[in-house]
Amino acid sequence: MKAVVTVMLKAGVLDPQGKAIGHALGGLGFAGVGEVRVGKVIELELAETDPAAAKTAAEEMARKLLANTVIESFRVEVR
Amino acid sequence: MKAGIVVFPGINRERDMAIALELASGVKPRMIWHKETDLSGLDLVVIPGGFSYGDYLRCGAMAAQSPVMASIRAHAARGGHVLGVCNGFQILTEAGLLPGALLHNAGLRFLSMDCHLRVERADTDYTRQYQAGAVFRSPMAHGDGNYFADDATLDRLEGEGLVAFRYATPEGAIVPAANLNGSQRNIAGIYSANLRVLGLMPHPEDLVDPLMGGTDGKPLFDGIVAALAA
Repeated sequence: MKAVVTVMLKAGVLDPQGKAIGHALGGLGFAGVGEVRVGKVIELELAETDPAAAKTAAEEMARKLLANTVIESFRVEVR
Repeated sequence: MKAGIVVFPGINRERDMAIALELASGVKPRMIWHKETDLSGLDLVVIPGGFSYGDYLRCGAMAAQSPVMASIRAHAARGGHVLGVCNGFQILTEAGLLPGALLHNAGLRFLSMDCHLRVERADTDYTRQYQAGAVFRSPMAHGDGNYFADDATLDRLEGEGLVAFRYATPEGAIVPAANLNGSQRNIAGIYSANLRVLGLMPHPEDLVDPLMGGTDGKPLFDGIVAALAA
């Protein structure tokens, strides 16, 4: 199965990259862009065939390594 | 005093650290490859600056999972001293030995310049040769030095006297203009609860000899050597 882990900075944690991108979009003439946040997407190929077990495993990986839960939140999607 | 310096792939400040430690103690520190796990006989373990594992995923994330870290955790749990500078500070937070995290600098730019640090307390093994409130100059060189922790953690650090250094003006004022990387409450370095684990972003080891342009950082190394020699 494939697990897709999306890692984002928590709300309230400054995201200067997002701010810079938002600023650049404004400069390109894109109006109406609010807050921009930048995150990471990590795709995992898993041998596990049970979706629930795959999700649990990927969440454990996210907690231990893929995300730093002091500053980041994550969500796991299994395909 | 026997010191060891941990070397991860991508670390590049280990020799600077060795110069500072040898200058203060007269003893060459031991270099510890990240796959080693035997830290016996060491009083001080230093994690120097650099870009361990290419800063992949997050600064310090990979190093925090390496074999030597379990031994460093055990050393700290025994009451051993651990000093983390720059990437070493990032690694200590990723490993959970110090609270908080280091984010991208608020201005997004890599900052390579001198800064000024105010010594928050002078009664620790690291700062005993400074005066409380003293300001000293230190080089810094980092892209991810923006100290972040939630308000409860910041309040606890301040309440328990665990803030080691703050970014200051040369006169000692704690103002936003002195806080170039955007750190919460101008925090440049923090201690563990037992004051034996210290992490800081700037590089006092790079200002320990007149040939380097000053000796502002030398009291930190003289202090820890004197504390551990006793």
